[in-house]
Amino acid sequence: MGLSPSFFAAKFGITERDLESYLSEALSAGGEYADLYFEYLSTSSIGIDEGIVKSASESVTLGVGVRVIAGERTGYAYSDDLSPEKIRKAARVAALIARGPASVVKTGFTEARKHNLYSMVISPHDVSLAERVDLVKRADAAARAYDHRVFQVIANYADSVREVLVASSDGRLSFDRQPMARIGVAALAREADGVPQQGYSGGGGRVTMDFFLNEKTPEHFAREAARQAIVQLSAVDAPAGESVVVLGPGWPGILLHEAVGHGLEADFNRKGVSAFSGRIGQQVASPLCTVIDDGTIGSRRGSLNVDDEGVPTQKNVLIENGILRGYLQDTLSARLLKSTSTGSGRRESYQHIPMPRMTNTYMLAGQSDPEEIIRSVPKGIYCATFGGGQVDITSGNFVFQATESYLIENGKLTRPVKGATLIGNGPEALKYVSMVGHDLQLDEGIGVCGKEGQSVPVGVGIPTVKIDKMTVGGTAA
Amino acid sequence: MSELLDIAAAATRRALELGATGAECTVSEGEEFSAGVRMREVENLKQAGSRGAGIRVLAGNLTGSFRTSDLSMQGIETMVRGALDLARITTADPHAGLPDPADLGRFNGPDLKLYDESVSRMETEVKIAQALRAEEVALAVDPRITNSEGASFDSHLGARAFANSLGFAGEYRTSSCGLSVVPVAKQNGSMERDYWHTSAREVSRLESPEEVGRRAAERALRRLNPRKVATQKVPVIFEPRTARMLLGDLFDAVNGGAIYRHASFLAGKLGEKIASEALTIIDDATMPGLFGSSPFDDEGVASRRTVVIERGVLKSYLLNSYTARKLDLKTTGNASRGLAGSAGVGPGNFYIEAGARSEANLIAGVRQGLYVTELIGASANTVTGDYSSGAVGQWIENGELAYPVSEITIAGNLSQMLINLEQVGANLEFRGSIASPAILIGEMTISGQ
Repeated sequence: MGLSPSFFAAKFGITERDLESYLSEALSAGGEYADLYFEYLSTSSIGIDEGIVKSASESVTLGVGVRVIAGERTGYAYSDDLSPEKIRKAARVAALIARGPASVVKTGFTEARKHNLYSMVISPHDVSLAERVDLVKRADAAARAYDHRVFQVIANYADSVREVLVASSDGRLSFDRQPMARIGVAALAREADGVPQQGYSGGGGRVTMDFFLNEKTPEHFAREAARQAIVQLSAVDAPAGESVVVLGPGWPGILLHEAVGHGLEADFNRKGVSAFSGRIGQQVASPLCTVIDDGTIGSRRGSLNVDDEGVPTQKNVLIENGILRGYLQDTLSARLLKSTSTGSGRRESYQHIPMPRMTNTYMLAGQSDPEEIIRSVPKGIYCATFGGGQVDITSGNFVFQATESYLIENGKLTRPVKGATLIGNGPEALKYVSMVGHDLQLDEGIGVCGKEGQSVPVGVGIPTVKIDKMTVGGTAA
Repeated sequence: MSELLDIAAAATRRALELGATGAECTVSEGEEFSAGVRMREVENLKQAGSRGAGIRVLAGNLTGSFRTSDLSMQGIETMVRGALDLARITTADPHAGLPDPADLGRFNGPDLKLYDESVSRMETEVKIAQALRAEEVALAVDPRITNSEGASFDSHLGARAFANSLGFAGEYRTSSCGLSVVPVAKQNGSMERDYWHTSAREVSRLESPEEVGRRAAERALRRLNPRKVATQKVPVIFEPRTARMLLGDLFDAVNGGAIYRHASFLAGKLGEKIASEALTIIDDATMPGLFGSSPFDDEGVASRRTVVIERGVLKSYLLNSYTARKLDLKTTGNASRGLAGSAGVGPGNFYIEAGARSEANLIAGVRQGLYVTELIGASANTVTGDYSSGAVGQWIENGELAYPVSEITIAGNLSQMLINLEQVGANLEFRGSIASPAILIGEMTISGQ
């Protein structure tokens, strides 16, 4: 489409000549590469608590980040003022990383290829605020109606649109308009005078409000949150020690995100500090496991038309039939490892330096019937829903927190158990995968991944999977 | 009055002109710097400043909020009008409002030393040299330190102005700087990393790069070749770094927001004995030079000291004006927010009062147990108190640290853990707004082999 009709040209009068001049300033002390990341983010959120719509808020933030790469060095500066003087000043500060004669900026830009992955049926700006309020009111009512033991409900709806322009010294130019929306519902339930229990459910993606009117309704998430709280009312202590673990489909895919995903980000491997460093081509999982990171799935929370360096996202194979195949590369790592970017360069905002990150990480479906998987376990634990997780990429140890689990006794799900942490070691854990179901599911769209202080939205997915050995951190010996 | 405070005061006046019955506005600016080095080379330099404003308006019992990075006249006008529009779609909350005017004000005591010129005066070259030195020292400690994830020096200068329509107007500046290093140790196929970090509001209060490098390396080395112990119930000692994380989980349980929703296992327990006599917890935002200090909270209420738990008895929840009204109590000056939105509840300096015994003495008293040096993915259910976390540490045998352990979890219930908190160490250091000496919990479940 060229620069002229783009958001930043229209609203701030930015021209190709301006971009070239900022990039020249950035490379005025040398360096091989520079880029500019313009961002304009508008958000809105509404919350209901105790049946009262207590909060409604909006925000507008904008700015530009300037990056200069000189060998392994990165200089970075940003400005929340898009006046030419302020952008030039940021470019001069970023240039301080390099010490030499000026480098030449390629003249003329080529617009990067990009996907068309988002469904933006209704622009958030065109929807009256009252319609959005209705979503949280519906969620509140549905959670309370689910069961008389539900006594507290908090529901939030948030959406945003991010306008992005990336221009680089090697002539790459890309634009994107990235929608995001989500609903989250938390419910508390209790028996007459008993101890309260909580449930949480949420979802969304790179969609707009109509998604919650037509596809996944507020009632869907509200009933799920209420159901989880009610299940917990009868939960017994989780077991402690090693156990057979069956993961249900969907959000339990966070296992892959923690156990292998982070360890395969190229920055850690370039530095040799990951438990997976130097292991390409080696067996790191059971042959039943093929793990993908795919930023090109339509409307998913982790998907992007182009990454935050302006490179189109890809479908990247991380593990194929148990063999480690590849790393997730951003521009800097690809330059240093003489490889190519896998479209994995992401950043939280214009204030942040991009780095290799995941998008949507999932395991391909296998052959087994999910019910047959559960029937095959004499004694174990079935995990249906998880909270968060974390990994120490150097030792490879990772944890994730089961929030809804059941004991498996003689091939049947019996009692629900309380929340517990599961722990394993990345390069080892997936070797114990002995059955993979045919029921691959992606999560509902609530994932946030944190790395070095930067948060980005991600997705995960997994079919029902049986792991013969994993440590479950409950209290029942 | 500074430019920031002018903007805040003008925005609240404008909100009243446009029909608001009350308004509060925060305006802040910050300047950040960070230098990262790795394997003796500079890896990145980042430097920038930013500003922002946020308003919350009341139209009777309705509230709306708006945040912007555009501080121009037009930007502020858009913000005020936006917040008023938003208020109209909310529902009336009888407890919504601004603080009681009698509670508004500044801490009226000695200078809190939140800002020190030394941070802004420090040259970039000196900052880089400190990071390089810390990493160099770490790499030289032992031949098994073979790699590094790098070292960094960060600094931040900030200013925050707040005004409300009850006539409160106040502002303060802050400074901070910090140095950290993450060495990697390797031996016989075992690879482990750890870190050490120092931070302060003035440069002279930082630990030396030599100290930071040495401690980080020693921590990484002692993790090499860990074992996975058997599943069992034993006493657990949390060192200050991990005790602080546990205390952070406990903060959530005394947060007034969780109390009025009945979403805390400590709801309804005011005045009851809920912990061992060894435990006293204080929240104090008036301690000079510390990260949890400020002259007033984020809704203009004067900062103070609050005893939360005294010798095991729950004395006070931590509250802002909203949660105080909900619970029919008085605010404790713990309102906390970014720029906009209704205030939440945040800590001042929230800490466990030091005990008499050294950490070594605590360890010496344990025949068989775990000394926890890192928590991975800790999950505390504030509603029920159920607690479970991945853990890394040292196994204690006959009162001594015997060998490293990892790939295990620890679990218990916070209400039981508070009762079983047998000992508190003397080694209290303030490295952030939440601080704790080492603590000994009589029994937790270790999950391993």
